Amino acid sequence: MKPSLNIEAVEGKTEADPPPTVKDSELRLSIKTRPENGTPDMSSEDGTTAEPRPKRSMIWDFKARGEPFLWGLGGALAIGMLMIAGFIVLILYKGVPTFYPEPIEVMKLRDGSVVAGEVTRVEKFAPGTDILANLDDKAKEAIAAKQGLAGRTLLKTGNFDLYHEDYRWVNDYEVAEVSEPAGIYMVERMEWGPFIGTIVSLNLQGDILDRNRISPEILRKEQAAAARRRERIREIERTEIAAVNQHMEDERLKLRKTGLSYGQSSSEYQRTEAVFKENSEKLEVQYQDLAKEAVLLKERDSKYAITLADAAGREQTIKLSDIVRFYPANDLTVWKKLEIYFSRWWEFLTQEPREANTEGGVMPAIFGTFCMTVLMALTVAPFGVVAALYLREYAKQGRMVSLVRICVNNLAGVPSIVYGVFGLGFFAYVLGGSIDQMLFPERLPTPTFGTGGLLWSSLTLALLTVPVVIVATEEALAAVPGSMREGSLACGASKWQTIKWIVLPRAMPGIMTGLILAMARGAGEVAPLMLVGVVKMAPELPIDQFFPYIHLERSFMHLGFHIYDVGFQSRNSEAAKPMVFVTTLLLIGLVFAMNAASIMIRNRLKRKFFMGHF
Amino acid sequence: MIRNSDTNGTVYHVQGGPMGTLLTIKDFCLWYGRAQALFDVGMGVEKGLVTALIGPSGCGKSTLLRGINRMNDLIDGLRTSGEILLDGTDIYGPDVDVIGLRKVMGMVFQKPNPFPMSIADNVCYPLKVDGVRDKKTLRDTLENALKASALWDEVKDRLQDNALGLSGGQQQRLCIARAIAGDPEVLLMDEPCSALDPVATAKIEDLIDELRGRYTIVIVTHNMQQAARVSDNTAFMYLGKLIEYGETSVIFTNPKVEKTMEYVTGRFG
Repeated sequence: MKPSLNIEAVEGKTEADPPPTVKDSELRLSIKTRPENGTPDMSSEDGTTAEPRPKRSMIWDFKARGEPFLWGLGGALAIGMLMIAGFIVLILYKGVPTFYPEPIEVMKLRDGSVVAGEVTRVEKFAPGTDILANLDDKAKEAIAAKQGLAGRTLLKTGNFDLYHEDYRWVNDYEVAEVSEPAGIYMVERMEWGPFIGTIVSLNLQGDILDRNRISPEILRKEQAAAARRRERIREIERTEIAAVNQHMEDERLKLRKTGLSYGQSSSEYQRTEAVFKENSEKLEVQYQDLAKEAVLLKERDSKYAITLADAAGREQTIKLSDIVRFYPANDLTVWKKLEIYFSRWWEFLTQEPREANTEGGVMPAIFGTFCMTVLMALTVAPFGVVAALYLREYAKQGRMVSLVRICVNNLAGVPSIVYGVFGLGFFAYVLGGSIDQMLFPERLPTPTFGTGGLLWSSLTLALLTVPVVIVATEEALAAVPGSMREGSLACGASKWQTIKWIVLPRAMPGIMTGLILAMARGAGEVAPLMLVGVVKMAPELPIDQFFPYIHLERSFMHLGFHIYDVGFQSRNSEAAKPMVFVTTLLLIGLVFAMNAASIMIRNRLKRKFFMGHF
Repeated sequence: MIRNSDTNGTVYHVQGGPMGTLLTIKDFCLWYGRAQALFDVGMGVEKGLVTALIGPSGCGKSTLLRGINRMNDLIDGLRTSGEILLDGTDIYGPDVDVIGLRKVMGMVFQKPNPFPMSIADNVCYPLKVDGVRDKKTLRDTLENALKASALWDEVKDRLQDNALGLSGGQQQRLCIARAIAGDPEVLLMDEPCSALDPVATAKIEDLIDELRGRYTIVIVTHNMQQAARVSDNTAFMYLGKLIEYGETSVIFTNPKVEKTMEYVTGRFG
C-alpha cells in the first residue's frame, strides 16, 4: 500500500478492500480471532487485507504548534520593553541637555523693540483674523503659503525684575532681524531668576570700572570673592547663629523641664533658673557678636555691585554676591560649555534649592529620599522575614494561615494614600503623641514626634512594602529543598538551627530580591509621604552636627514630592519643566543605584553562603 | 532478640551478632492519617552488623527506617503504636528528646544532600549543632570522618571548596562522612546507591563493609544483589508487614516463606 498523507483516501481504500458486507468493526474482530484459525503470521499475504493503521497527517498543523502563542508572548514582552525604553529615552532626552548652555538670540522686532533670550521652544500656530488684518502684505503671503500657519518662538528672556515675566512668545512675522551677538551675558542670580544682557560697569567699593576696564579675569576674580563673602554670611546665619539658638533653646527646655517635674517654687527650679539666666546672657552676647559680624559683612558686601543692561539698554544694578554664575553665552567654546554644564550638574546635586525649588539644587531631597529608603529597608527586612518565617516554618498550615496569607497579599493592593492616613493617625498622632508626652513634655505644645517626620514616613512605607517582602521570603523559604532540611535534622539539629544555618542562607538571595523590590517601590512612593512628613522645603537635614545627630522626628524633602511640587505647584511652570525631567532622571538614577547596591550585596551573600568556610 | 511472635506471622531465623541486639522493634504500627503503613512489625537489629530491609516499592521499608530516628515526626497526622527500644529505652517514650535521638542515629538519604557549604563545613555540621568550637577537635573529626568514608584522599586538598562541586558518588560519601562525624551508634541508609553509577555504588558498598562492626547499619535497598553482598541479616517486607527476617544467605538461597522466594527470585516486585 502506498503511504498517503490523505486520511480520507486511506479510509476509502479500507472500505473498498473487504467484501462489501463486512463492516469496519467486524473486520477488526476477525483479525483478533485469526491466530485460532491457524494463520498467526500477520505479515502473510492475508495480512495486507487487514485494516491498515490510520495514517497520521504530516501537514504542518498551525494550531498544535506553539508559534502563534510564541509570537504573542514575544510581542507582549516587546511592547513592554518598548514602553520602558521609550520612557527612559524621553527622560534622558529631556533631562540630560537641560543644563547645557544655549546661545542667546537677540531679536529686533518691527516695532523697534529688542528682545534677547534663549530659544526654548519653536511651534506653529494659526493666527486669528484680527491679527491677520493688521499685518502687511508680505507677512500675509508668507502665512498663506503655509496653509494659514505662522511660526512663533518661546524665548527665555529672564530679567524678571524688569519685565515681570520670564518667558515671552515672539511671532515670526513681528521679527525684523535675528542675531547672536558676542558680549551678551547669561547671569544666574540668587534671586529674580537669570539676567540676560551686557555688563555696563563694576563698582568695587566706590572704584567704578566701566566697560573698557572690565576684563574677564577681574570679573571672575571679583565674582569668586563675592561668592566667598556670600558663603561666609550664610555660614554665620545658618550655622553659627543657629548653633547659638539651639543652645538657647536647650537651656530654655531644661528650665521648663525642671519646672514641670519639681514645680516652679522648688529650690531645684530656682537653681536651674539662675544657671539659665547666666547661660542665656552668655549666649545672648555670643549672638550679638555674630549678628554684628553678619551686619558688617553685609555692609561691606553691598559695596561690591555690578550694573547690567538688557538688550534694549535698560540698566539694573545688583550686588556682585547675588551672582551664582555668569558666562558670555555666544562666545563659548565646546569645552567651556561642558564646564558650565557640569558645574550646573554639580550645583544641582550638592546645593539647596532656590526660587521656590525651581532653581538651585536638590541635595536635601536626595538626602531625604536616601535616608528614608534606607531606614525603610532596615525596618521592613527584619519584620517581613520574621513574619514569613513564622508563616512558612512554624505556623500550622491550615485555613487560618491561608487567610493570613490572603490578607497579606491584599495589603499590597491597598491604595498607598490609605497607608498615609493610617501613618498620620496611628504613628504620628497616637504613637508620636504618646512619645511626646512621655519624653518631651517640656516642648509641648510644639510636637516633636507627634507630627509627620522621617521615622513615621519610613514606618509607613515599611508597612506598605512589607507584603512584598513577606511573599518573596515565603517563596524563597518554600524553594529550599526538603532534602536539605532533612539532612540537617538527621544530623541532630533542632528546627531553629536548621532554619538558621541551612534554610535562611539558602533563601537569602530570594529574600534580598524581595527587599530590592520593596525598596524600589518605597523609594518611588509619594502620596502617603505627603501626609506623614515630606515637605516642600525642609530647613534642616535629618542628619546634622547637633546632638543627637540623627533627627528621626524631622520632616524632610523627597525627590518624588519635589517632582510634583516643582512641576505642578510652582509659579514658573515653564522654568520648572526641565527641572521635572532632571529630577525624575535623578530619582530613577537613585533607585537604580540603591538597587544595584542591593544586588551586589545579594551576590556577595550568595557567594558567602554558598561557599562558606570555618 | 525476637524469635517468634504469635500475632504478626513473621518467620525469624536471625544470625545473632557478637555484641547482642541494639535496637528492638516491638509490634510497631504506623499510620499516615487514616492509612496504615506498618502492621505489627517486630524485629531486633544486631549491634555491629549490617541489616538490610528489602521489599517491593511501597512496602514500608523507608517508613520503618525513618521511624527508627523519628524523621517521620515531621509529617502531619502521623500516629504510631508499639515500641522501638534502643538499649532498652523506648525512643517514642515521652521523655525522649528527638534531637538527642537523632544524634545517636546518623542518616544517609537516597539522593546525596550535601549542604551548600564547604566540604569541611558539611562534615563538621553535627559538631556545629553540638556547639563544638575547638578547632583541633573539628580538624580531627573532619579528617577521621573523611578517612572513614574513604573520601579523604580525594578531597584533602580542597576542603574549603563548595561540596556541591563534588561528583554524585563523592557527595554521597560526604553525606556518610557527615553522618559518622557526629559519632552515632546507628547508621541508617535509605537506598544510598540508587542515584549512583555502578563504580560509585561499588565504593559505597566497600565502605559499608569497612564500617561493619564499628556502627550498627540498617540499609534499605531495592538492589537485591546489594543486599546479598553487604548485609548480615535481611528483612523482607511486603505491604507493610514483615514477612521474613533472617540470615541473609538463607533469605537469598533458601527462604522459609513462599513470598520471599518469589521476590528474591524476581518473580514479582
